[in-house]
Amino acid sequence: MPTPTLRFLSTLLAQGKASSVELCQDYLDRIRRLNPALNAFITVDPDRTLVEAVAADALRASGRGDVLTGVPIAHKDLFCTEGWLTTCGSRMLAGFVSPYDAHVIRQCKTMGMPSLGKTNMDEFAMGSSNETSHFGPVKNPWDHARVPGGSSGGSAACVAADMAPAATGSDTGGSIRQPAALCGITGLKPTYGMVSRYGMIAFASSLDQGGPMARTAEDCGLLLNVMAGFDERDSTSLQREKEDYTRDLDKPLAGLKIGLPREFFGEGLTGDIAKAVEEAITQYRRLGAETVEVGLPNSRLSVAAYYVLAPAEASSNLSRFDGVRYGYRTPDYTDLLDMYEKTRAEGFGEEVKRRILIGTYVLSHGYYDAYYIQAQKLRRLIASDFRAAFRDCDVILGPTTPGTAFRLGERIQDPVQMYLTDIYTIAVNLAGLPGMSLPCGFDGQGLPIGMQLIGDYFGEARILNVAHQYQRVTDWHQRRPEGL
Amino acid sequence: MSISLDDVKRIARLARIRVSDVQAAQTQDRLNTIFRLIEEMRGVDTTGVEPMAHAQDMAQRLRPDVVTEPDRREVYQTVAPQAENGLYLVPKVIE
Amino acid sequence: MQWETVIGLEIHAQLTTRSKIFSGASTAFGAAPNTQACQVDLALPGVLPVLNRGAVERAIKFGLAIGARLNRTNVFARKNYFYPDLPKGYQISQFELPIVEGGSIDIQVGGAVKTIRLTRAHLEEDAGKSLHEDFHGMSGIDLNRAGTPLLEIVSEPDMRSAKEAVAYAKALHTLVTWIGICDGNMQEGSFRMDANVSVRPKGQAEFGTRREIKNLNSFRFLEQAIDYEVRWQIERIEDGHEIQQATVLFDPDTGETRMMRTKEDAHDYRYFPDPDLLPVKLDETLIADTQAHMPELPQARQARYKTEFGLSTYDAASLTSSRAMADYFEAVATALPKPDPKLAANWVMGDLTAALNKVEMDLDDSPITAPLLAKLLARIQDGTLSGKLAKQVFEVMWGEGGEPDAIIEARGLKQMSDSGELEAIIDEVLAANAKLVEEYRAGKEKAFNALVGRVMQATRGKANPAQVNELLRARLAG
Repeated sequence: MPTPTLRFLSTLLAQGKASSVELCQDYLDRIRRLNPALNAFITVDPDRTLVEAVAADALRASGRGDVLTGVPIAHKDLFCTEGWLTTCGSRMLAGFVSPYDAHVIRQCKTMGMPSLGKTNMDEFAMGSSNETSHFGPVKNPWDHARVPGGSSGGSAACVAADMAPAATGSDTGGSIRQPAALCGITGLKPTYGMVSRYGMIAFASSLDQGGPMARTAEDCGLLLNVMAGFDERDSTSLQREKEDYTRDLDKPLAGLKIGLPREFFGEGLTGDIAKAVEEAITQYRRLGAETVEVGLPNSRLSVAAYYVLAPAEASSNLSRFDGVRYGYRTPDYTDLLDMYEKTRAEGFGEEVKRRILIGTYVLSHGYYDAYYIQAQKLRRLIASDFRAAFRDCDVILGPTTPGTAFRLGERIQDPVQMYLTDIYTIAVNLAGLPGMSLPCGFDGQGLPIGMQLIGDYFGEARILNVAHQYQRVTDWHQRRPEGL
Repeated sequence: MSISLDDVKRIARLARIRVSDVQAAQTQDRLNTIFRLIEEMRGVDTTGVEPMAHAQDMAQRLRPDVVTEPDRREVYQTVAPQAENGLYLVPKVIE
Repeated sequence: MQWETVIGLEIHAQLTTRSKIFSGASTAFGAAPNTQACQVDLALPGVLPVLNRGAVERAIKFGLAIGARLNRTNVFARKNYFYPDLPKGYQISQFELPIVEGGSIDIQVGGAVKTIRLTRAHLEEDAGKSLHEDFHGMSGIDLNRAGTPLLEIVSEPDMRSAKEAVAYAKALHTLVTWIGICDGNMQEGSFRMDANVSVRPKGQAEFGTRREIKNLNSFRFLEQAIDYEVRWQIERIEDGHEIQQATVLFDPDTGETRMMRTKEDAHDYRYFPDPDLLPVKLDETLIADTQAHMPELPQARQARYKTEFGLSTYDAASLTSSRAMADYFEAVATALPKPDPKLAANWVMGDLTAALNKVEMDLDDSPITAPLLAKLLARIQDGTLSGKLAKQVFEVMWGEGGEPDAIIEARGLKQMSDSGELEAIIDEVLAANAKLVEEYRAGKEKAFNALVGRVMQATRGKANPAQVNELLRARLAG
């Protein structure tokens, strides 16, 4: 069978060669078989999936369907989904059945895309390995002893293992691109404001952005067409005309200027990754693109700035989890303060608590200017670097991660090492630019390598085009782990 | 600079997260490691740079003053830890 | 030692929007608990705020009304603290860049006019309510009020007595209701006051340490609380103690203030710009439009009543204590056949206000509308009614309703205008009171008044007193 891309499944449905119910059943079977080992899903509810599939088949039969009507999808468990558990990977929300749908979920439902389930993730999207999940770590389908990356690790793993043809993810500092790279799939973080954050449980509001995770750039474009669009309930949602993100896929790359930031190709990049990215660059030259060196001198400060800004916003965003209106409440307390402190101590995991404390500290009296304001100023400098670079190039290319998938447990005791995993991805969130990761090779241990394409603001169609042209002449994205 | 044990206890209290003395000491170590990473940005000269709070340079959109939300109390309170007579119950609030 | 009191007020005016400041839930008062708390108000995971245009418009209107600066770019920030009636764990408010800065308002105390400067006015959301009735030893939380738009109006510490503070609070209350941005209903908490109070030795330049009295919801409590607080602070200092900065509550039952037990994190709210809300940019056309549609403000109207209508400062001030009263007065005054603003003013401030107060009724609900009152007063002007008869007609209009002319007709309350009839009655009275006539002729003016009284009695009040006077003098002279 060819790679079960969204495009392929859509064709099967359109030709009547398969129904949504059949597709869903196949995927549910595969989930039943593989998920116990991979732990990519937190919630699977076959009855609900099939009810949605029946409705999708009816929608298609009525002639009111669209490209992706009937194609199933998995959702990261931070998208609120009415009637489904929505846990955000946390004990705090372990029993939370959302009373409403996130905008992204509503968009997918309107399109008639049945949900295969809710995927595992780092708790409140804080982590780069999926090991901070209250529901246990996800295993990398390429090597079960290794992490799938994070925080959208469940979404990446389920696509890599063909438990879903595509999944939604969210990316605050690399949470779509890094696991996509580590699991050998394609993932896109759109320009900030393209995809509504309404109903996507907030980690760091000014950085969070939902996006598609799939096998191919084309699929990412198709899914982004469903996910993106103006939403009046999100004040930061961009009011732009509806666009087709697949419109430029087939444009030839002749004359394309690819910027190569010298800061991304220096020390710290391991041999295999450097080699794979170099080969990809060669491939692009063959496709007619030119390369130009660009500088992102302040990007080295992005991790530091990020670990001030993201925890600061998170510390405030997570204050609502107080055991009063929903979620976990400690069973045993003496008074209000005791209830608050125990509920939050027991409901949150270590990494989340750590970040809340960092955020509380940098916002607290006497430190605000030195940390928070300084980090916001660096954010401006980092964004300005990109603006300058895009005067010389159309897209920026580099590695997605400094290394391939690491072993479970290897970095969980060393937060700083874990944070540095996102060294190439974080700057993109700070600037609010679109970025994607796509497979570009394997290391000596057979682990996937991802390269990152960064576009200018609203340059989604452009980077999808650049990625698609590469995927037309390579097959890295079609490789699948053995033994599944 | 580094974070003291008192700092840890103070911010844990502000954040309403209970920490034991042992946990506070461990947390102190971890946070200091992280703050060493963060410190590198503090030396950068950012004089005259405008802080960037948002990814997009846009103005706040205004919503028309219209009531759009119906009463969904029953649905919302099905997920409440403790509710009675339509009220959320919490340990006694003393002002 | 001589002490001086220094007071600044922070007033929370609930804005009259239909929906909440960041959600589409209703702001109507008095609904069953939590039936007007939508997912945004409840801070469910993932929800986001969107700013209500109506709240911004009202803040602009206020800024223009007090001659303040409107910050063309203003910013919402998060004020972080934990409290069960604060669902997000932070209140969305404005901190570094409020929508309104500066401005002032004039107050009158003891005949003198004083200008009170305003520091700022900013938009923010209200919290819910904690109900302390016992639910098995627990408190109940009602979040209907959570997210209701407030304008927090902060004054400079320009007031020097409880009386000035009350005058300022009343002037502000008049203004916000006048321009229609707040309903001013103090029982429902639409207008709540916090007073920052300190004392210092007279002549000292720097301020003393202040204590903040929270949540005063009547002008009387405001005055009592400040008076108590000032006495308490002076006593403490004279006893050799220092005042510690604190937040206190006023207990109307004991008349005392006491320290609040909560809000111990008050010094560290960790304000930062709300990443979910973008900077608010004020639209110049909206500002110009609001200015163009601004009603004549109380102070302008007061001045006009003095120059145009010749009213006293006192009358002008009383009549402009609310827009409803001023509008009513003006409607009556301008409808009179003969211009007599003083007559209209006396009736509006006198009989009408007394009748309303007696049954605690709003002027808007008065059974006697301005046109009806004007008709009644016209009958005084044309001599149909004496003042006394007019009061009788007023009482019927108030109690049973109806047009003054119909009531006059039906009850025969018309003043006697036929001089022949009146002369006959006067003759009868003179014949029956020969002793009084004798006394009058002997030079006792008091006897004349007694005769007038007898005539009025005989006509059952329907005679025109002026006419009686005139005819009686003529008869006695003759």
